[in-house]
Amino acid sequence: MSEPASTAATTTYREALREALRDALRADERVFLMGEDVGRYGGSFGVSRGLLDEFGPERIRDAPLSESAFVGAGVGAALGDLRPIVEVMTVNFSMLALDQIVNTAASLSHMSGGQFHVPLVVRMTTGGGRQLAAQHSHSLEAWYAHVPGLRVLAPATIDDARWMLGAALDDPDPVIIFEHGSLYGMEGEPWEESPVRPIDLEHAVVRRAGRDVTLIASSQSVHVALAAAEVLVADGVEAEVVDLRVLRPLDGATIVESVTRTHRAVVVDEGWRSVGLSAEVSARIMEGAFYELDAPVERVCTLEVPLPYPKHLEDAALPQPQRVVDAVHAMGLGG
Amino acid sequence: MGDLRMPTLGADMTAGTLLEWHVAPGDAVHRGDIVATVDTDKAEIDIETFDDGVVDALVVEPGTRVPVGTVLATLRADGEVPRMAAPVAPEPAVAVPAPPPPAPSAAPVVSAPPVAAAAPAHRRRVSPLARRVAADLGVDLAAVTGTGPAGAITRVDVERATTTVPGTTVPGTTVPGRAAVERRSADERLASLRAAVAALMARSKREIPHYTVQRTIDLTAALDWLDAYNAGQPPARRLLPAALLLRAVALAAHDVPEVNGTYEDDTFHPAPDVTLGVAISLRQGGVIAPAIPNADALALPDLMSDLRELTARARRGVLRGTDLGGATLTVTSLGDQGADLVCGVIFPPQVALVGFGRIAERPVAVNGMLGARRTVIATLAGDHRVSDGHRGSLLLASLDHHLQEPDAL
Amino acid sequence: MTADDARTLVLRNLAEVAPEADLASLPADADLRTVLDLDSMDMFNLVTAISEESGIEIPDRDVGRLTSLDAAVGYLVGAPSAGA
Repeated sequence: MSEPASTAATTTYREALREALRDALRADERVFLMGEDVGRYGGSFGVSRGLLDEFGPERIRDAPLSESAFVGAGVGAALGDLRPIVEVMTVNFSMLALDQIVNTAASLSHMSGGQFHVPLVVRMTTGGGRQLAAQHSHSLEAWYAHVPGLRVLAPATIDDARWMLGAALDDPDPVIIFEHGSLYGMEGEPWEESPVRPIDLEHAVVRRAGRDVTLIASSQSVHVALAAAEVLVADGVEAEVVDLRVLRPLDGATIVESVTRTHRAVVVDEGWRSVGLSAEVSARIMEGAFYELDAPVERVCTLEVPLPYPKHLEDAALPQPQRVVDAVHAMGLGG
Repeated sequence: MGDLRMPTLGADMTAGTLLEWHVAPGDAVHRGDIVATVDTDKAEIDIETFDDGVVDALVVEPGTRVPVGTVLATLRADGEVPRMAAPVAPEPAVAVPAPPPPAPSAAPVVSAPPVAAAAPAHRRRVSPLARRVAADLGVDLAAVTGTGPAGAITRVDVERATTTVPGTTVPGTTVPGRAAVERRSADERLASLRAAVAALMARSKREIPHYTVQRTIDLTAALDWLDAYNAGQPPARRLLPAALLLRAVALAAHDVPEVNGTYEDDTFHPAPDVTLGVAISLRQGGVIAPAIPNADALALPDLMSDLRELTARARRGVLRGTDLGGATLTVTSLGDQGADLVCGVIFPPQVALVGFGRIAERPVAVNGMLGARRTVIATLAGDHRVSDGHRGSLLLASLDHHLQEPDAL
Repeated sequence: MTADDARTLVLRNLAEVAPEADLASLPADADLRTVLDLDSMDMFNLVTAISEESGIEIPDRDVGRLTSLDAAVGYLVGAPSAGA
């Protein structure tokens, strides 16, 4: 991400995810992919295209339209020492599998005193911006980030899309990976071929350094924040952008460390404002950096409506760079 | 292995500034060793470790002001492997440059007084950071004009205000909270001590319903005993009358336990031992009340020696953390230059304060005869939530009783 | 002990006890307790230090005679030195 792409952009977020799947399937025979339309159709968002031909129907398994059934089957397979990767088409649909994920996958290790681990990885699409309306567009990451026993990842970059999956499979306990629907087509430079190992599934990172205000975001919202930061340059405001990457366990230290330097924070989150991720981040700042704050923490979130279908209404509901810029201006910076 | 934390050096202390480390990572330390110096609002305090071990890492840098309870350094048991020296660095996405210095203000801003007309009912808008920086720099927020949203005072406003106040410094290239370790000047220290005393005494008068009782105590027997004792001692081993008075107070506190303890959360917590606070006036101004732990268990010579060392440390401004730990009863003694009696103000959260005026020859009637005898007027200021005048009087009676039997002291 | 020695000794220890005092302008006959605001602990420390440095025993009953700089010097000059 550090150098401008002078030559042609050569890959996408989707390619990175597919390569991660291919890599995992090759590396360990116990790994298999299961979900609606992941085989013949190549995945609702095209992530698993070609994998059926390469790995066969035993390992690329089309599932019936029952999230509770195939996520539950994934839990059972994980208990049986396989390494299932279960794809749920959208986080909205995952509500049907909440019981399997929260009551079973997340709890068994604790309830069995550590005798049973559930090395399950669930991938799901999240987020709006593609005119898919309320039942396919919500950002419910916070529901899962609330639950002890889960690790919750939100790759925002091609590199994280490429490398987080393998590390998630190495985790003996369940991991949820959120892939934002608007990021699949994101083009960029090829991923780092030899990333620092082990892959970090613990920390947030600073994607852009700045001294005046910290913009804290995850997933697609990181790109909203980065776009806002570019606009703010013209106002003489240097915004720092923190990509949370891991929503549970949340890396409060990096947030607090950044805010301690900039003394102002705006949380950008595609979830709703009430009782969500942005509320949690704001609380962490209050707890860890209250005496560093030069202004109240601001939040830019999706408006509190089920996401509308018409493009102009959907755009109005979702966090946009201009809303972030306005929030920063309202703090007395730039504007 | 315990961590070393910012101790609370008095009930009114909420934060302190680490001034100096006296140890480095890898140093072996033992319980009681002085490991760091901390600046409270009242004084520079040497703080001690309560554990034996090896210093693992110094977490807080000198010059940093941190809340009470903050881990200052980590300790490990001798032989234990060092913990990770630093927290795992985040994935190095972008190098983070050090923040540049705050832009110099274009021109000195003439501070305007706060707007009195149509003053809002709510508290002035001051950011937490601005409040902290103002406290660090000794800036009076009432004289700062806020330029933030809705007129809020932000850090920039505070820093700007310092350029118009002589004697204060603008932190040049340093980031607030990481200011270079500049010890405060005598004037700043005095102002800060004054403010701390003001806050504590105002709280006392606001919260504690005081009552006061007094009793004139004949010190003839005690001082005769003292003269006889001192006659055979070299100067360094003599006793002062103050030591006798403190000893008698410590013993009397056992007889009337309602005066010895603290009042917190609407409840009186009697103390099993007497940690005796001693109000020490500083000639430059201000008063500080360090404590002698377990004063009731100390023999007179030990008490005298503790008092002497404590006074010396207080006067030099180098008190230790344990000197300021949780007095359960305080004594103020005006000394022989002082007034006849003192009706003192209780140090919260304590519940009583014993005051002694000057020791002087006064006319006293004894057995129907008037004579001139050396007496002291003792007072007790008590917290009416915990005790009443009757019990307070009994405390003074007990004090009198102990002072009439100096051999038993 | 000469008067000059005694004066130097007293002044040096006064400076220890009352570091904030301007001893150069201290009148030689001024009452130390009043002018320098010394309390009994200060006097205790002053007498102890002078006694230990000079070797002159200062009985407790004589402490009250060290009221001023002149008085202290006079006392020390007239006192039998431990070493003499």
